[in-house]
Amino acid sequence: MSQVAEGAGPASAPGVVPGADPGGARGAAYDGLRLRSVTKRFATFTAVDDLDLDVPAGSFFALLGPSGCGKTTTLRMVAGLETPTSGSITLGEQDITWAKPYRRPVNTVFQSYALFPHLDIFENVAFGLRRRKRKDVKEKVAEMLDLVELGSQARKKPAQLSGGQQQRVALARALINEPEVLLLDEPLGALDLKLRRGMQIELKRIQTEVGLTFVHVTHDQEEAMTMADTVAVMNAGVIEQMGAPAELYENPRSTFVANFLGQSNLVAGTVLSRSADLTTVDMHGIQVSVPTARTHTDGDAGWVGIRPEKVLIGDEGAELDAPGNTIPGGVVTDVSFVGVSTQYLVRMPWGQELQVFAQNTGRQRLFTTGERVELSWRPEYAFLLDAAQDASAGAQRDGA
Amino acid sequence: MSAARPAARGTRPPAGRWLREHLVLVLGLLVLLYTFVPIAVVVLMSFNEGTRNVYAFQSFTLDNWANVCEDQSMCDALWVSIRIGVLATLGATLLGTLAAFALVRHDFRGRSASNLLIFLPMAAPEIVLGSSLLALFVAAGFSGQLGFWTILIAHVMFCLSFVVVTVRSRLAGMDDSLEQAAMDLYATPAQTFWRVTLPLVFPGILGAALLSFSLSFDDFIVTNLNAGTELTFPMYVWGASQRGVPMQVNVIGTVMFVLSIAVVLVGELGSRRRSRALSR
Repeated sequence: MSQVAEGAGPASAPGVVPGADPGGARGAAYDGLRLRSVTKRFATFTAVDDLDLDVPAGSFFALLGPSGCGKTTTLRMVAGLETPTSGSITLGEQDITWAKPYRRPVNTVFQSYALFPHLDIFENVAFGLRRRKRKDVKEKVAEMLDLVELGSQARKKPAQLSGGQQQRVALARALINEPEVLLLDEPLGALDLKLRRGMQIELKRIQTEVGLTFVHVTHDQEEAMTMADTVAVMNAGVIEQMGAPAELYENPRSTFVANFLGQSNLVAGTVLSRSADLTTVDMHGIQVSVPTARTHTDGDAGWVGIRPEKVLIGDEGAELDAPGNTIPGGVVTDVSFVGVSTQYLVRMPWGQELQVFAQNTGRQRLFTTGERVELSWRPEYAFLLDAAQDASAGAQRDGA
Repeated sequence: MSAARPAARGTRPPAGRWLREHLVLVLGLLVLLYTFVPIAVVVLMSFNEGTRNVYAFQSFTLDNWANVCEDQSMCDALWVSIRIGVLATLGATLLGTLAAFALVRHDFRGRSASNLLIFLPMAAPEIVLGSSLLALFVAAGFSGQLGFWTILIAHVMFCLSFVVVTVRSRLAGMDDSLEQAAMDLYATPAQTFWRVTLPLVFPGILGAALLSFSLSFDDFIVTNLNAGTELTFPMYVWGASQRGVPMQVNVIGTVMFVLSIAVVLVGELGSRRRSRALSR
C-alpha cells in the first residue's frame, strides 16, 4: 500500500490542475481553496497525510475514495470542524487554518442533513442569515426555497418532509449564505438510486446557476464522474490522482485508480523496449505496446491495463478491428447478457480471466461458454502501471 | 382480515375466539385497573364523612374539601414539603444538567468513574443514604441545626443522579452534527447553545425536574433521619397514621393526582396543537 502512495503521490499532486502549480502561481492572486501539506493525526492513525490540494474558484470538485480514506476528515478541516495537526488551509488570500467554523465563509451540507428538528423549514434556511443579522431574510429565504422547489413547505418541520426534500432543505440552508466554498459530505448517500440520479443533475444545475465552488465528498465513483469537473481520487490519506473524470478513467496512473474508477484488466508484463512514443511489453509471451504518455512506470516490469469495454472479442483467426495487440487462445468461461452489452469472462492461456464488455450493436454474434476466442485491443487504449502496486487495490467487485 | 377469520376458524366458540383475539387488550385493562384502584380509593375517601372509622366509607360529604387546613399542622407540613420540593428541584436540575453536559461533552480524567459514581445514590438503599448523611451532618457539627436546610441538601443529593441520568440520555441521543451545523451556519458557541442545544435537550430537563419534584415531595426515609424538628408532609402522614389519618390527607392526595394528570394533559394537548398547526 505504501508503494502505491509513494509512486502516485508526488507524480500526481501538483500540476494536474491547470494553473495550480505552486511555483507558477506564487505571487499571482489565487482565489480558490488551497491546502498545503495538511496532515491530520488522530490518537491511533493518520487520517490525512501531507495533503496538497488546489480547488479553483467556481469549480465543482469531487473528493472520491473508499470509506476511511480521509476524505471526510479533509472536508471537516476545511469547514473548521477539525483542526489540522500541521499544514495550512487558505481561501484566496485568507488563511483559515485555525479560524473558528463560524468565522469562515464556508458552509456544509452534512451527510445526515443535520436539519434542526425544532425549527421549521423557513427558520432552518434562515438560520445563517439571522446569525449574521442580515436584512431581507424573508425575501431571500423565499427565493432560496423556490430554487430548491420547496416554497410551499416553508412552515413544515423537517420530520414531515421526505428524504429528498430534507436533502434540498440542507442544500438551501447552506447555499443561502453564499459561501465561497460549499462543502457536500456524501449528500446523496441516504437517497435511493432514482432520487440520487435526479439530485445529481439538480446539484449540477444549481452549481452552474450560482457559480460557487462546490467540494463534494463521495465514495460513489459514478456520482463523482457525473457531477464534478475535477475529481481527486483519495486513498489512505493521500491523493492518488487528480484530473477531469475522463482523464482519470482513460489514463489511470495507479492500480488503485484503475480499479476504483470503473473496472480494469491488469496483466503482468515485462518491458522489452522503450521508444519515444511507445513502450513494448512482453505479456506472457505476447508482445503488446503501450503509448509512452500512458506508461506510468520506469521499472522493467509492469501491469498492462485495459478497460473491459476496450477489449474486442472474436472468433479465432478473425480479422478484428485493431491494428493492435492481438491475444489468441482465450476460452469463454462466463457470459452475462445485460441488454445493452454482454459481459464475458475469458480465460487466457496463462490462466488469468479477463473481462470483456461487448456492446450489443448486432454486428457481432454472441459467444457461448467454452468457445475458443481471441481478444484484441487498440494500443492507444492500454496503460502500463507500476508492478510494485497491488493489482487488486481499490477493486470493489471481483474484477481485475 | 377480520372478515376472513370466522370462515377459517368457524368451529371455535365465539366467546373463546373473542378472548383470544383481545387477550392483550384485556390484560392491559386489568393492569390499568390494578394501578388505578388505590387512586380511586383516595379520591373516594376524600369525600368520606369519617370521624369514627377512617378506613371505611361512612357517608358523602364536602367538609374535608371545605376545611382542608382544619388541622393546621398538616398544612404547615405540606407547605414545608412544597418549598423543599421546589428548591431541591431547582438545585438538582441545575447541577445535574451541568454534570450531564460535562459527562457527555467533555473528555476528562475520571469521566468513566464519575459516570459510575453518579449511579450510586440511585442504587444505594435510602436508609443507608439517610443514616450516612445524618452521620456526616453530626460529624460536621450540625447536629443542632438539623431541619429545613439539611433536608434540602439531602434531597438535592438524591435527586441529582436522576437528573444526570435523564438529561445525559437525552444529550447522548442528540445528533452531534446539529451543533456542528449551527456553528457552520455562523452561530457562536453561546448562540449554538441557546438556539440549538438547549431547545433540543429541554424536554429531558423538564422531565428531570418533574421527576425531582415528585421524588422530593414523596421522600420519607432520608427526610425523617435528617429533619431534626422539621415536619414534612410524608412525615406528618406517617405520624398521623398511628392514630388515624385525617380525611384531609385524601384531599391533598387527590389534588396532587389531579395536578399531575393536568401537567401530562397540558403537555399532550400542546404537542397535538403544534402538530395540527404544522400539518395545515
